[in-house]
Amino acid sequence: MQTNASMIRATTRALTWANRWDHFLARWSFNRMGHRIEPGLYALGHPNADAPVFVTANYTLSFDALRSALVGIDGYILVLDTQGINVWCAAGKGTFGTDELVQKIETTGLRDLVRHRTLILPQLGAPGIAAHEVTKRAKFKIEYGPVRAADLPAYLKTRQATPEMRRVNFPLLDRVVLIPVEFIATLLPLVIAAVVAFVLGGWFAAFAVIAAIVAGTVLFPILLPWLPTHAFSSKGFILGALVAIPFALSVFLKNPDQALWVRALGALTYALTLPPITAFLALNFTGATTFTSRTGVRREMFAYIPAMAWTFGTGIALTIIFASIRILGGAQ
Amino acid sequence: MIAVSTINTLKFDPTPCTGCGMCVNVCPHGVFAMNGRVAYVVRADACMECGACQMNCPFGAIQVDSGVGCAAAMIRAALTGKHQPECGCN
Repeated sequence: MQTNASMIRATTRALTWANRWDHFLARWSFNRMGHRIEPGLYALGHPNADAPVFVTANYTLSFDALRSALVGIDGYILVLDTQGINVWCAAGKGTFGTDELVQKIETTGLRDLVRHRTLILPQLGAPGIAAHEVTKRAKFKIEYGPVRAADLPAYLKTRQATPEMRRVNFPLLDRVVLIPVEFIATLLPLVIAAVVAFVLGGWFAAFAVIAAIVAGTVLFPILLPWLPTHAFSSKGFILGALVAIPFALSVFLKNPDQALWVRALGALTYALTLPPITAFLALNFTGATTFTSRTGVRREMFAYIPAMAWTFGTGIALTIIFASIRILGGAQ
Repeated sequence: MIAVSTINTLKFDPTPCTGCGMCVNVCPHGVFAMNGRVAYVVRADACMECGACQMNCPFGAIQVDSGVGCAAAMIRAALTGKHQPECGCN
């Protein structure tokens, strides 16, 4: 087979400002599916026939994390067509998969470029790739490298990943970078909920609803490991309760000349309505984490969604009753 | 196949295991370790059901119902009547 050298694109380790701007936009959910590079074979530096071959997804954040980590290393990068989705999620969907990898090995003529028969894959691609199948079909051996591209230079020295390199953690920085996507995803519901709250209870109620939503999308990812309990929903309920306390207290203390039961009812609307909002958003954050299982999440949904629905429903019913009383009271 | 955890669907059968160590390599949560000639489960409850071990075990010693551990995806699947939840993020 003839190698088509023009099929090989050149790339560098350097991240340009344009790359960084693209990463920023991706992190803010702008043009979510458009952060792609051409699938195929790339030459990083000046690789020879013994140079290592790395495999990644055609999502710019994945590709750029890989190439920028390969300091002082000349090699080939084989980019699979994952439709602009990162390695882990594409592996889950199967687009970062055995078939796609075997096909890319064939169509790029990789076999004629390198003397060895080893591919280095990101460990997080493993849910989509059956390494022994690839070896059987394409005669390439799969080596699962570390989870993080940043560990590749250390990995390449021994071709052994330490247990630490194999583990997925979810440190503060990894959680914080997800916040914009979470926040943007709830922006439209936030505006609608704030308008509804404003109609029912004025600026104060609108502000309370915004606080509950922002707690779920911004504070929750930050505070995740420090919130007590195991389930995301109960963690969310706790955070939502903390947010609700000042609002409920302020309603209770605002008009001391009102009847006690009116003030208690007013406070209760906030205490019941706000926590389930935060809890629901917290439950939805399960998909962004690196450790929740499907069985666990399903169990949690059955356990907590009814509780969320009941507290929220009761809170809304009370809000409407309270609003009617206020309007009637004001008409007297 | 022997269930190894009460909170997830991971099952492991040491009989066909040859000790190739692939499951130890691919697991992002250190669920497997090597015990001399075969693998064994050390952190069963840490399994997130990604399916990497089952996918990469050439001997069929591991079984797990893999899928996305994402509430949003499951809610979406329930609302649209789809059987298999798919993650809509990237």
